[in-house]
Amino acid sequence: MLALPIVIPLLAAAVLLGVGRLVPRRAGDAIAATAAVGTAGFAYAVLRGTGDGRVVAWLGGWRPHGGRGVGIPLVGDQVSAGIVLLTALLVLAALVYGWRYHEDVEAHYPALMMLFLAGMAGFALSGDLFDMFVFFELMGAVAYALTGFKIEDPGAVQGGLNFGVINSLGAYLTLVGIGLLYARTGRLGLAPLGEALRGHGADPLVLAGFVCVVTGFLVKAALVPFHFWLADAHAVAPTPVCVLFSGIMVELGLYGVLRVYTTVFGGVLAAGDVRRTFLVLGVLTAAVGAVMCVAQRNLKRLLAYSTIAHMGLFVVAAFLLTADGLAGAVTYAAAHAGVKAALFLTVGMLLNRYGTVDEHDLYGRARGWGVPLLLLTGAAALSGLPPFGPGLGKALSEDAVTAAGYGWSPVLFVAVSALTGGAVLRAALRVGFGAGPHPSHARGAEETGGGEETEVPLRRIPATMAAATVALLAGGMVIGVVPWPVRAETFLDGSGYAAQVLHGARTGMAAHVTHWTATGVAYGLASSVLAVGVALAALYGPVLPAAVRRSAAALRPAFLVLRRAHSGHVGDYVAWMLLGVTILAASLVTTL
Amino acid sequence: MSYLAYAVAAWLFLAGGLGIARSRHLVQTVVALSVAQSGTYVLLLAVGFQRGASAPIFGAGTPLKASGVVDPVVQAMTLTDIVVSATVTALLAALAIQVAKLHGTADPDELRSLRG
Repeated sequence: MLALPIVIPLLAAAVLLGVGRLVPRRAGDAIAATAAVGTAGFAYAVLRGTGDGRVVAWLGGWRPHGGRGVGIPLVGDQVSAGIVLLTALLVLAALVYGWRYHEDVEAHYPALMMLFLAGMAGFALSGDLFDMFVFFELMGAVAYALTGFKIEDPGAVQGGLNFGVINSLGAYLTLVGIGLLYARTGRLGLAPLGEALRGHGADPLVLAGFVCVVTGFLVKAALVPFHFWLADAHAVAPTPVCVLFSGIMVELGLYGVLRVYTTVFGGVLAAGDVRRTFLVLGVLTAAVGAVMCVAQRNLKRLLAYSTIAHMGLFVVAAFLLTADGLAGAVTYAAAHAGVKAALFLTVGMLLNRYGTVDEHDLYGRARGWGVPLLLLTGAAALSGLPPFGPGLGKALSEDAVTAAGYGWSPVLFVAVSALTGGAVLRAALRVGFGAGPHPSHARGAEETGGGEETEVPLRRIPATMAAATVALLAGGMVIGVVPWPVRAETFLDGSGYAAQVLHGARTGMAAHVTHWTATGVAYGLASSVLAVGVALAALYGPVLPAAVRRSAAALRPAFLVLRRAHSGHVGDYVAWMLLGVTILAASLVTTL
Repeated sequence: MSYLAYAVAAWLFLAGGLGIARSRHLVQTVVALSVAQSGTYVLLLAVGFQRGASAPIFGAGTPLKASGVVDPVVQAMTLTDIVVSATVTALLAALAIQVAKLHGTADPDELRSLRG
């Protein structure tokens, strides 16, 4: 049962590759969509089955005896099963949207989507470190192929190549880490590794293993300074694929780090040091992402940097390593997935209709109410407006970070939400209503990579595209209204995980039911008001008082340095990555 | 086991990383990535190696030697790794060809389509 969410899409991919050329395109799409529905159904059944604990399945029936064994387990808890369900639903939405969006794709496109789904489901459910690596590579290789899918588009192939090189190098570092841990303990399963390390204690080799293993996942999670590939890949990948990238793949990187830390290293590396290191990474990521987000005029890039900024916030909340913080991050990430996916799909509609995603070229062109309304709603949700889902996740995260003794938390969360929400709002007002003076093109072509190849323009937005977008947006918003029990303590309980996987001792823990607080509502409203301010300042900048403009001009050199760092050069990205690994290792040396 | 194999593994990985960072041609970039990955093969095999041990092949006719066998798990991992590498290298090489065709250059320093 636990294996079915991995097996179904794999089988569907095999069938599609086998007979895809023989059957009409719609039949291939239908097979893929059916498989996605089936995967979602079984993922939901697993989710129900986890209850307040976990479900464990041993592949091939190789169960352990007396805590020792050679089998490979799949482990589902609320978080991992929920991830599989969310992934399947996002794939389904992407397929439904792509029904009319792609006019001439071959059968291998739905097959790649199925393999992508299988890779992500396997990564989430695996209870074995090497298996995690294999599924990680599967989803990686498929992701490179999907990024460079339009092989006649110069940007797409370059973005795909950059993404492939940097992610593969990160994944190989993960493998190095796995090798080091195996050398130390002779185990590969998460639970046996954790038990062996708890008895062994920390040493430089174990620390090196941790740093190497998480580096690959951090590249996928796009934390600064590992984040450079993300905006390039999002700018050039087909829009339905961006939905999966921003909605779940990037978040899976963070999931991998958390899963490995709680189950394997929880007993050896002190939580305090790990928390401090990742808080710094998270704050840095949120700041860089938010600043770069506001500065974009390519709408897909803008949304990509907003994803980076939100990843920073998720990291800050999740790496408190408290149940409150994790519950906040999980809620935030789930709601963000729906809203961000819907925003990407809306931008896809603009691209389809007008052949560009450049905010300045689109000035005042999106007539009618559909697209502007979707953008406005998405901007409001992204800025944390109550009672929508992202606002609830933000409020819960904010409260948890404050309660953990970091009083600056509301400043960070409100500022990032206001900047990213404000950037989307600015785009919505410009594109939909022609607000502000006409943006001049004279300021120089500061950024490039506008080019997803234009699809065959449709005369009006088909019902399938609209339905997928509205459903995702509604899903992301409803999370804020319906109280929802998050089993964060079960996820964080590494020894309970080991006890259940190795000895079959089922443990259950209390859930955190999501709820609004007065301060959460107040900060949510504050960030939404600030987002409106950011948007208006960007639109009507020239009429601002001279003093404000002068201080903005003073910051410009620093900003230009930041922008120039995002060079689109794969060699630079690798250099940044190696620097990041060194800093990560240095900052964790104190745990020894 | 001497430390030489581990030193070679680390050197290969870093040389590959440096090769990508300093690369002036995308084919070189892709090959440098493979070099970095070779480091992981050496590391994994070194982890399982024992001096004097035999290959991990068991059967009715082959009695177990007292000197033991080398670890088969890391060899299986290396094989998996090689399969992954073949896929990724082929895909990236195909993308590199396409980049050269569409941009008219394979020098990463001259690719200008993704900035900021």
